This record gives sequence, C-alpha cells and structure tokens, in this order.
Amino acid sequence: MFNRDRWQEIFQTIGKNKLRTFLSGFTVALGIFIFVILFGFGNGLKNTFQEFFLDDATNTLFVYPGRTSKPYKGYKADRRIEFKNDDLADIKAEFDFYLEDITPRISRSANVKYKNESNNYSTRAVAPAHQAIEKTILMKGRYINQNDIQTQAKVAVIGRLVALDLFKNEDPIGKYLAFDSSVFKVVGVFQDEGGDNEERGIYIPYTTRQAIEKSNDKVDQIIVTFRPELGHLGALAFERELRLFLKAKKSIDPTDQNGVFIRNVADDLKRNQQFSNVLQLIVTFVGLGTLIAGIIGISNIMVFVVKERTKELGVRKALGASPRSIIAMILQESVFITLISGYMGMLVGVILLQNIGTTLEDYFIKNPYIDVSTAIFSTFILVAFGTIAGYIPAKRAARIKPIIALRDD
Amino acid sequence: MISIKNLHKSYQMGSSSLHVLKGIDFEVEEGELVAIMGSSGSGKSTLLNILGMLDTADEGDYILDGVEIKDLDETKAAKYRNKFLGFVFQSFNLINYKNAAENVSLPLYYQGVSRKERQQVALEYLDRVGLKEWATHLPSELSGGQKQRVAIARAMASQPKVLLADEPTGALDTKTSYEVMDLIQQINDEGNTILVVTHEPDIAQMCKRIVMLKDGVIVEDKKVKQVKAAAHV
Repeated sequence: MFNRDRWQEIFQTIGKNKLRTFLSGFTVALGIFIFVILFGFGNGLKNTFQEFFLDDATNTLFVYPGRTSKPYKGYKADRRIEFKNDDLADIKAEFDFYLEDITPRISRSANVKYKNESNNYSTRAVAPAHQAIEKTILMKGRYINQNDIQTQAKVAVIGRLVALDLFKNEDPIGKYLAFDSSVFKVVGVFQDEGGDNEERGIYIPYTTRQAIEKSNDKVDQIIVTFRPELGHLGALAFERELRLFLKAKKSIDPTDQNGVFIRNVADDLKRNQQFSNVLQLIVTFVGLGTLIAGIIGISNIMVFVVKERTKELGVRKALGASPRSIIAMILQESVFITLISGYMGMLVGVILLQNIGTTLEDYFIKNPYIDVSTAIFSTFILVAFGTIAGYIPAKRAARIKPIIALRDD
Repeated sequence: MISIKNLHKSYQMGSSSLHVLKGIDFEVEEGELVAIMGSSGSGKSTLLNILGMLDTADEGDYILDGVEIKDLDETKAAKYRNKFLGFVFQSFNLINYKNAAENVSLPLYYQGVSRKERQQVALEYLDRVGLKEWATHLPSELSGGQKQRVAIARAMASQPKVLLADEPTGALDTKTSYEVMDLIQQINDEGNTILVVTHEPDIAQMCKRIVMLKDGVIVEDKKVKQVKAAAHV
C-alpha cells in the first residue's frame, strides 16, 4: 500500500491518462456533489418548515373562550363565555402539578404615535410568562415584569420593526409612545424568529390594558405552558382536565364542544413532526437514489477503464506482473481517484450549501446544510462501492491469460 | 536450456476439440537461435505460448533451465516469466503512455529493482539497440522498427534465460525486418538463447536451426548455415 514505487507507477498512469482519470473522477465528484446538494436542500426545506411552525414554545396550550352550543344549568345556549383574572388564579392553583407558567393575552390593534411618526400595530397585553411562551428575544432593555402588572405601569416592549419605523436611528429606550389615549414608556426592544409580523408588535402589561378598558378584568385568551417532562400523554391529560375544569367553572355542558377551545401546540408539533419525517424520508430516498446512480456510474466507468486496459494488463502480465499486483494497481488507482474526487465533490457541495444560506428562502429552502458525518459517510460509501465495482473487473482482468489479452484485434 | 517431452495441447471449440499439439519432443541448448516455422494452424504459436508460460499444456513435461514447469498458477507463472523469459511480439505491445525508457524498465519494476537502477539499466539496453536518444519518446513517436527494437530492449532488460519472439518481423518491411534480425543475431552472438516463431523462410534462414511444425507435430528439425542479416541491411 505504501510502496513508493507503486505510487509512482500509479501517479504516472493517472497523469498520462487524463481523460480516463477525469471521467472516473468526475463521475464520483458529480455523484457526491449532487447527493450533498440534494440532501442539503432537503434539510433547508425542513428548516423553513420548522420555522413556520415551531417558532413558539411547544409545551403550550392556548385556551380561547367561545359560545356555548347547548343549554346547561339554566343557562341558554349561545351564551358567550369570558375569561377573567380569577380564572388565571384558579388554573394556577388547580393545576400546580402540571403548570409551568401562565399568561393572559389581550390583543388589540392600536395607532401608535411617536413625534411625527405614526403607524398601526398590534398590541398584546400580557404577563411576564409570555416571553418564554412566544420565545421573544430581547435586544435591548427589559420585558414586562411582575411589578408592571401590579402597578398597571404604562410601559411597552416594542418589536424591532416598530423601533425601526418610529424611532429610525434613535434609541427608543426611555422614550414615550402614544396610543389608546395613553402614553407608554418604552422599556425594551425585542426580536422574534416568527418573522416580520411578530416584530411589528407591542407588548404591554395586561393589567394596564384592563385599566384602560374601563377597569374590567376580562381576558381574551389564556396561554399556559406545562412542564415539558410530562410528555405528549401528560399534555393530553392536562388538556382534558383543564377543559373539564373550565367547563365546570363556567357552567358549560361537559359534552358541549364550543364553550372552550384549547389548542395544544404539542398536537401541532406532532403533526408537524410527522410531516417533517415524511420530508426526511423523501430527502433520504432522493439521496439514496443519487448515491446508487453514482455507484452505477462508477461501476460503468471502472468496467470501461479495465476493458480499455486489457491489453496493457496482458503486457504487464507477460513481463512478470502477478495477478495480485494487477488487482492492487487497478484498485489503488481507483481508490485514489475516487477518494480525491469524492472529497472534492463533497467539499464543493458543502461550500455551495454554506453560501446559499438564505438566498433561496423564496423557494422554501433556508440555510441548507448537510451534517459532516452524513457527507463523509456517503463519500466513503461511494468510494467503497467504487472499489468493489473496480475489484470485479480488475479480478477478471488479472485472471485473463496474457495470450488472450495480447491477441491482435 | 529447454526440454519438452510429449507435449499435447487441445482447444475446445464448442462441442468439438481441436488437437493443436500432438506430442512434441524438443530440446534447445544454451546459446541456440532456433526458428520455429510452419503455416498458420501448424501450432507454432501455441508451442511458443506454452514455452512462454502464457498458456498451459494438457500433457507432457517442460523443463526450463533445470526447473520443471508444471502446476502453474498465475502468480507462479508471472514469477517464472519475469525471471526466465523475455518476450517480443509481432505487434510490439509497448505500453502507449510510457516512453521508451519506461517501457524497457517495466520488467525490472516487477523484479523489484530500485527506480534509479531501473532507469540506468533501461538506458543501457536502449543504447545497445541504438535508441538511447529516443529514450524519452513515446511509442507513437517511433517507427515500427524502432518500436520493435524498444520491445527487444525491454525483453532483454530483465536478463532472461530465453528470449521468445513471436513473428518479430511480421509487421515490418523487409529492410526493417533485417535490421531487427541483425539485432537478434547480435544478442544471440552474446550467448543468449533465442526462439523465433516465423513463417518467412528468409527470416528462418537467419537463425541457426529450423524446426518445422505441421499439423501439431515436428516434421523437420535441422541445423542451418546462418545467413547474417547485417549483409542485407
């Protein structure tokens, strides 16, 4: 293997047979390149997909009030259900075992002014727990805190794009925004991976919103997170019990489908994961197909290469080359070529993938990548099969009697 | 040097079998220059191939330089070929991407000779066939006669016991043929044993002994007065 003479012989053969070398090398490089690119694109597709659906915490239940569809306990049907602050406290007390955090969310649209700039944004009145649930990332300042809730403070945490729209290059922290006939002090700027829409939002304390709206204690929506270690089954149990609890509390017929709605992100997640798995399967399938096509390509080239060299191999045998040395020569050459070109193909593919980044986002491919182990493993597979594919014709060539190989044709 | 007894060889041709060599007995002393003659189908090439261990006999004994050649597997045959034999072919069989010197040094590579020494020996043998200046030329840049001289240099480079030439002049014009024969005679004059398969009587006359094959048996085996090729060049 490490015989210097043999390597020199091989390098000479490679150097003097450029077309042949190029053909076999190119086949391998192309095979692995296409594999890397396709696999990377598949991963990019998955990235985009996950971003669509997984921008929020996954151990989350969204609870919405609805309208009853059945009469119950003296109440008529079509009664509008409303959540109030005490529902928050009750859920907290009742489900201490399951609960991680809880926050209300009151969404309103508002025309927001700063100096001469104004624009419409959606505001969300929330509790501090909302930050983790929405995976809000603070860039500057702070989020809504418990003190704000208690004092009904007029503070606002604004989205990155709100800051950009209204404050241009000014630092918004400490500045005052006017909306809903009140003035809010900006205490923080956030960004969100959920995209531009999320970043055009404003968070304020929910108690402040309630105070503005005639000091009521109504809550649009309750969002709870449960302890992740509950798993999917625990989440389902929690969802069931929470539904029963709220129906009992609000005097809703237990069989009524419409009084309370609970959206379980874990359910969404599971569906999405299933879709994601199908995607992964397709990616793997396509990758495997490419790999097999590559292997067949290499096999063809190897058969051709050995066929083309039959006469030369016959001469070598007549001059005293043993079958072993013939096989070793062909194999070493093919392994060398496939390794180098496979590595090149892989490298070019990986570099290309890295440079794509977000440029293909319009085609739902974001940050395509291939993990190093997959890339190396597939290169190795291709080289290994190239070797096997070379071994069979090499062995046959080594066994051919020199007179047959040397026969004039 | 070479001793064969009762050599038989058949080829399977579909259902029928073609008996090519029907009991050949044949001795060659060291330093002989033997022409093996016969029309096509007489079995002369088959005989040479068996002598060259490129093919195996069905029956019979073959002793080469005191070594009995039998039960050859490919590895063993390769070793013997490398050690005992030099080949010259009608179609030269030079490796087309190797230059003259590299072609000549190839058998030495399979003997495990170091690169430096190979190069030196190759140049030495190219010099002996008068092609030292052509050492770095590819076969495609050489004339037919030059190619055959390179092939002879290659065959001699491993210092074989016997040089086997299968129609060495078959692809050459008369003048070039005589030049090649002159070279073969020179090598023979240095004491090397050479077997030449040919169907050309004038070439055979340039050897020292002619063995006539017909239908798989030796019909004539005579010593001849050698015609020096140099006189005709």
